[in-house]
Amino acid sequence: MTGVTRAEYCVIACAEAWRGDGEVLASPMGLIPSVGARLARLTFAPDLLLTDGEALLVRPDGTTEGWLPYRQHLALVTGGRRHVMMGASQIDRFGNQNISCIGDWERPRRQLLGVRGAPVNTLNHPTSYWIPRHSRRVFVERVDMVCGVGYDRAAGARHHRIPRVVSDLGVFDFATPDRSMRLASLHPGVTVEQVREATGFELTVPDEVPPTREPTAGELRLIREVVDPAGTRTREVAA
Amino acid sequence: MSDKTMTVDEVVSRLHSGMTLGIGGWGSRRKPMALVRALLRSRITDLTIVSYGGPDVGMLAAAGRIRRLVTAFVTLDSIPLEPHYRAARERGAFALTEIDEAMFMWGLRAAANRLPFLPVRAGLGSDVMRVNPGLRTVTSPYEDGETFVAMPALRLDAALVHMNRADRLGNGQYLGPDPYFDDLFCEAADTAYVSCERIVDTAELTKAAPPQSLLVKRHTVTGVVEAPNGAHFTSCAPDYGRDEAFQKTYATTPWPEFAARFLAGDEQAYRSAVREGT
Repeated sequence: MTGVTRAEYCVIACAEAWRGDGEVLASPMGLIPSVGARLARLTFAPDLLLTDGEALLVRPDGTTEGWLPYRQHLALVTGGRRHVMMGASQIDRFGNQNISCIGDWERPRRQLLGVRGAPVNTLNHPTSYWIPRHSRRVFVERVDMVCGVGYDRAAGARHHRIPRVVSDLGVFDFATPDRSMRLASLHPGVTVEQVREATGFELTVPDEVPPTREPTAGELRLIREVVDPAGTRTREVAA
Repeated sequence: MSDKTMTVDEVVSRLHSGMTLGIGGWGSRRKPMALVRALLRSRITDLTIVSYGGPDVGMLAAAGRIRRLVTAFVTLDSIPLEPHYRAARERGAFALTEIDEAMFMWGLRAAANRLPFLPVRAGLGSDVMRVNPGLRTVTSPYEDGETFVAMPALRLDAALVHMNRADRLGNGQYLGPDPYFDDLFCEAADTAYVSCERIVDTAELTKAAPPQSLLVKRHTVTGVVEAPNGAHFTSCAPDYGRDEAFQKTYATTPWPEFAARFLAGDEQAYRSAVREGT
């Protein structure tokens, strides 16, 4: 096996989000989270449920094992048996996320998707985030429209949890006294300075920051030959 | 029993400016586009549109027919951001009620159940509360004492949905993998109009498909229209998939030019323009 690429570290970091989740629906948004979810399902999280992106629950080989139209998907969300990894056009230090619009909501400078299911997701089941290009435009002091709810606004909501934020530079969590964002691991080749430079708010950085874990030889083979032989992962993060 | 078949133009003749219209489907999937195109040919305007938005919203917004939009998103799916919707929103062309996908569903359910609201665990802590200052909360009267959003009923003057098959009485059938919320739209509306790929005899409906594919019930339906390709260019599985090439043309053509090329005439003119245009 040749050297591990940045995109492959990102796959591993995303896959790890679902470790220990048990029999829940893994909902990855984006290419690398999708590769990560399928990798997790094939290795250390065999009980995960996956969809075909439409209305079917499928095994990794594509075999249909269930029916999940939108109406049942929304019921599953409120039942809590789901862990989604959403994107974020903006995210702040408490994990508030925006995918709705940039600028003043009344008359936005850039209209994006809309709030989608972020408000219901964040109050009902674990919600992680994937940001393929870590920058000050995304990691901002304040988001323009709170879609996904962060720790400072969740008021201790009983099912609210943001397990991790994965970017192309590292992994972040909220394991701090005030539940603000902390650097949890750096992808090999990335420095703390680089992360600070690309982050628009004060980030907690522990004295010792571990590297994002290495993929095993078996995982690398699965990523390259089984889950993503076409290399879609490099469309989100350059090798 | 009454025959409810009518033409798209007869449907539109029953709609008026200022109405609240619910549009079925989801994103760029099984949208009642023939009905939307007929609306665009009319002079009906000042509409409140309630939709899990796709090109239905994009077109009506671009044409200036929307006074208020109620939605959780607008997308073309394979093209994540709807360009005509974006442009209209960025020039402040209409008012927006932006709510979460689940709040939207519970709003339709409340309307279908003749309830003023339903409690929803969604919205609190998010800016959905800030941009919808009229939203109220409700506290559980039981021991848990949790506070929820009281999602108001999304009652509709009329619903427009597209099915794969229907009979002349208004029994509508979907044959694809997802019913979306089309039955709920019809139940939440005072009147509902179902377009379909093909009108068949009632007995024909369950010859090759199971009874649970009979999504829309005739007591919720006012009119039935046979509109082959009536969801074009959105998907209508299994009859046809999304016309990705044409959707791209739609997304990349300035609205006045698109409207002039494809929407100046009736459905037949539309179909021949599509054949020539892609």
